[in-house]
Amino acid sequence: MLETKIHNLTLKNPVMTASGTFGYGEEFADFIDLNRLGGIIVKGTTGERRQGNPYPRMAETPSGMLNAVGLQNVGVETFCKEVYHRIKNLDTNIIVNVSGSSIEEYCKTAAMIDDLDNIPAIELNISCPNVKKGGMGFGTNPDMAAQVVSEVRKVYHKTLIVKLTPNVTSVVDIAKAVEGAGADSVSLINTLLGMAIDVEKQRPYLSTITGGLSGPAVKPVAVRMVWQVAHAVSIPVIGLGGIASAADALEFLMAGAKAVQVGTANFIDPAITMKIIDGLEDYCKRHRISNINDIIGII
Amino acid sequence: MKKYITNFKIVGKRVFNETYFSLTLQHPEKLPEIAAGQFVEVEVPGNKQVMLRRPISIHDVDTDSNTLTLLVQVVGKGTRTLSEMSIGETLNLVYPLGHGFSIEGKKVLLVGGGAGIAPLLHLSKCFSAKGIKPVILLGGRSASLIPVQKEFEPYGTVAFATEDGSLGEKGLVTQHSLFPADYDHIYTCGPTPMMKAVARHALSNGIECEVSLENMMACGIGACLCCVVDSDEGHKCVCKEGPVFNAKRLTNWINK
Repeated sequence: MLETKIHNLTLKNPVMTASGTFGYGEEFADFIDLNRLGGIIVKGTTGERRQGNPYPRMAETPSGMLNAVGLQNVGVETFCKEVYHRIKNLDTNIIVNVSGSSIEEYCKTAAMIDDLDNIPAIELNISCPNVKKGGMGFGTNPDMAAQVVSEVRKVYHKTLIVKLTPNVTSVVDIAKAVEGAGADSVSLINTLLGMAIDVEKQRPYLSTITGGLSGPAVKPVAVRMVWQVAHAVSIPVIGLGGIASAADALEFLMAGAKAVQVGTANFIDPAITMKIIDGLEDYCKRHRISNINDIIGII
Repeated sequence: MKKYITNFKIVGKRVFNETYFSLTLQHPEKLPEIAAGQFVEVEVPGNKQVMLRRPISIHDVDTDSNTLTLLVQVVGKGTRTLSEMSIGETLNLVYPLGHGFSIEGKKVLLVGGGAGIAPLLHLSKCFSAKGIKPVILLGGRSASLIPVQKEFEPYGTVAFATEDGSLGEKGLVTQHSLFPADYDHIYTCGPTPMMKAVARHALSNGIECEVSLENMMACGIGACLCCVVDSDEGHKCVCKEGPVFNAKRLTNWINK
């Protein structure tokens, strides 16, 4: 009833977890059955180990939060040697979010992940707002976005998802550019660039001054962008941004997303993904929908 | 140690002053083992301004009544909303989280300041259960800002340091006459400058020292990487690798 497809991947249901909000999945094993998920997008992984930005890295804002973690991760070599072996036997789609500061770094990481049998896809992160070089820079210009995707396409042979930033004038132009360069799917939205100031201390809450806004506050922006992109490209769209309930997930599906990712809501309720899957089943039963694909893109 | 997400009922509430209150929470079933220094992530109900859970250290555990007590300082919207809750209401917790204190040493000093005295009650009881009576040194600007005092008495030698001299010796905990004695382990929780001063003293005198940090958190389980401390091995999540760290791992932080 809930099965859906993203390029060559079959998802048990459309509910995946968003990169950077779910660790490597292991952190949530006490709370949920990870094998029930449609997929897990593990933490942004770079060519070398990264320490990320200095503390403080987060601030709560109305119906959302700002973060400036800055891609802290163990690096692709440690991922392949250690982390991969801990998670490779999970019965779900394990997708690695690949981040970087240069085309060479993206290609190195993608090529190493390509060799891992149980990783059927990568999500190319050309949209992180929290790194000084690269990151969002690639994702804000259609030519640069196309260039990094076509170079990665040469070394990566499985399903290539490209994660898009909302911090652009026309997300549709970027989506079309990466589709033309060989992307198999796009996921959107990454966080919205934001800022918050502690007026008592008269300084920004984040060490980096600006950071990425996530949570329910961004959801209407995300639904709008998913709807625009889904009408403009023929590759499958994965929707994310502020999903915290089955109804939220359904908005993205109806707007044209073939699957969704749950992010910040994992911090508030570590079992939220199971409730969303149950809620989608319940919705289909109530509306006599035998196949979730029947409602995808109905708007 | 397995973590849970579950509802508790508020069965006790004490308001110490405008700043401090405690909530005693009961679970219908047997509590898991909870190490001193571990914390809970509390969902704050009924305030749309508060989205994220709030990390609060576990002050006391009673395995007979399946209750745990949170000693809370009102610092913002989340803790203010919690302070307005009543007996009979329900709170949802993710717990027990983080890495607690080791219970080691024979001549032991516990140093707490402000809200940092919270985890030291459970810690004192853990030492007491092992037959060790620590020296428990509690500090604050004045007597009213050390909300819990006599509760510690059965478990060790309790002493106080207040900046205005309203309780115990006048001055900082690090100036107290019991502070420089010949301890083999020091455990501390409280304001950052206090913990750094305590840790520097311990490190320079070859005393084992554990500090409990209190960074801003989102997830509480090591997923979001927001609460990091600059440890000697790079950024480490306070929620998962801490909140209790051996001071030897934090020399960068201590000397900054």
